[in-house]
Amino acid sequence: MAETALKVEQSASALEGLRSVAADWSQDKQAFPVPWGKAMMWIFLLSDTFVFTCFLTSYMNVRISTTEPWPNPSEVFALHIGGTNVPLLLIAIMTMILITSSGTMAMAVNYGYRRDRKRTAALLLATALLGLSFVGMQAFEWTKLIVEEGVRPWGNPMGAAQFGSSFFMITGFHGLHVSCGVIYLLVVAKRVLSGFYDRKGTYETVEVAGLYWHFVDLVWVFIFAFFYLW
Amino acid sequence: MNHAVTHDQAEHGSAHAVHAEGHQQHPIKIYLWIWFLLFVLSAFSYMVDYFHLQGVLRWTLILLFMFLKAGFIVAIFMHMTWERLALKLAILVPPVMLLVLIALMAIEGDYTFLTRIASFVR
Repeated sequence: MAETALKVEQSASALEGLRSVAADWSQDKQAFPVPWGKAMMWIFLLSDTFVFTCFLTSYMNVRISTTEPWPNPSEVFALHIGGTNVPLLLIAIMTMILITSSGTMAMAVNYGYRRDRKRTAALLLATALLGLSFVGMQAFEWTKLIVEEGVRPWGNPMGAAQFGSSFFMITGFHGLHVSCGVIYLLVVAKRVLSGFYDRKGTYETVEVAGLYWHFVDLVWVFIFAFFYLW
Repeated sequence: MNHAVTHDQAEHGSAHAVHAEGHQQHPIKIYLWIWFLLFVLSAFSYMVDYFHLQGVLRWTLILLFMFLKAGFIVAIFMHMTWERLALKLAILVPPVMLLVLIALMAIEGDYTFLTRIASFVR
């Protein structure tokens, strides 16, 4: 009996959800009742999802189709510390940094809606700094790979030639996103400090910037899984 | 903008007041929890490599931790849980098409590999 009641309730709420979708689209009003900046950021991120998926899919394709052995990322990205090779150490640190920055960003959005100007700006600056250190580590990683390991977009000493081009393309495009994000966050932080959003009457721009930053973290989750761990 | 303002006023006081205002105000506790979970899941996925797990187990765990992390980021940090269904569907359904691309390219990659083995590798 209880189960049936639950099922009825579930299907009722699902139906209600679909009704709300139909209502949102069919009424003579704006379809998404969110700030336009937020809707547009979501649509931009959707298009960016397609771009990054194209990169990751092409990487999958060349990795499947090559007859040369694929270089073992666990060894390629190992750091030599204290006489032993720690696999993927730098990548693990970069992952943690990006997650930390995602957390500070989420807090910044939260304090923004509480109209706490100082904390919001401080958290935004912390996020930007963490992003900057991420880009710095990536620059270090690229330098090590190019100078010491001899990885080039057209070949490398460890195995399949496609490794270099996939790596530089995917991490390079992600790094570009992080760099743009740092600039974006600095601009928003400056505006928070100057009281721009208090005069405007809303802190939704901080949330929109947050969407972008979380997306950069989201993409890294997939790159970490497919490029570094697979 | 005028559009949005009238709309906000129209829906003010209804069950969707939060959405109508476009504000996403949630307790800090939930963010801290998700933050912590992301750290733990990242540590787990690093462990997969550190302990040299191989084969199907490795791939399953990598994908499991990846989807959990991605889900938490989108649902909580990007506030997707609290958006209206119309926006959820508009953003989350189109990427499903990418599965077709991935499947096609996987099949194509296999074909290229077999052709190369048959023609070039002696």
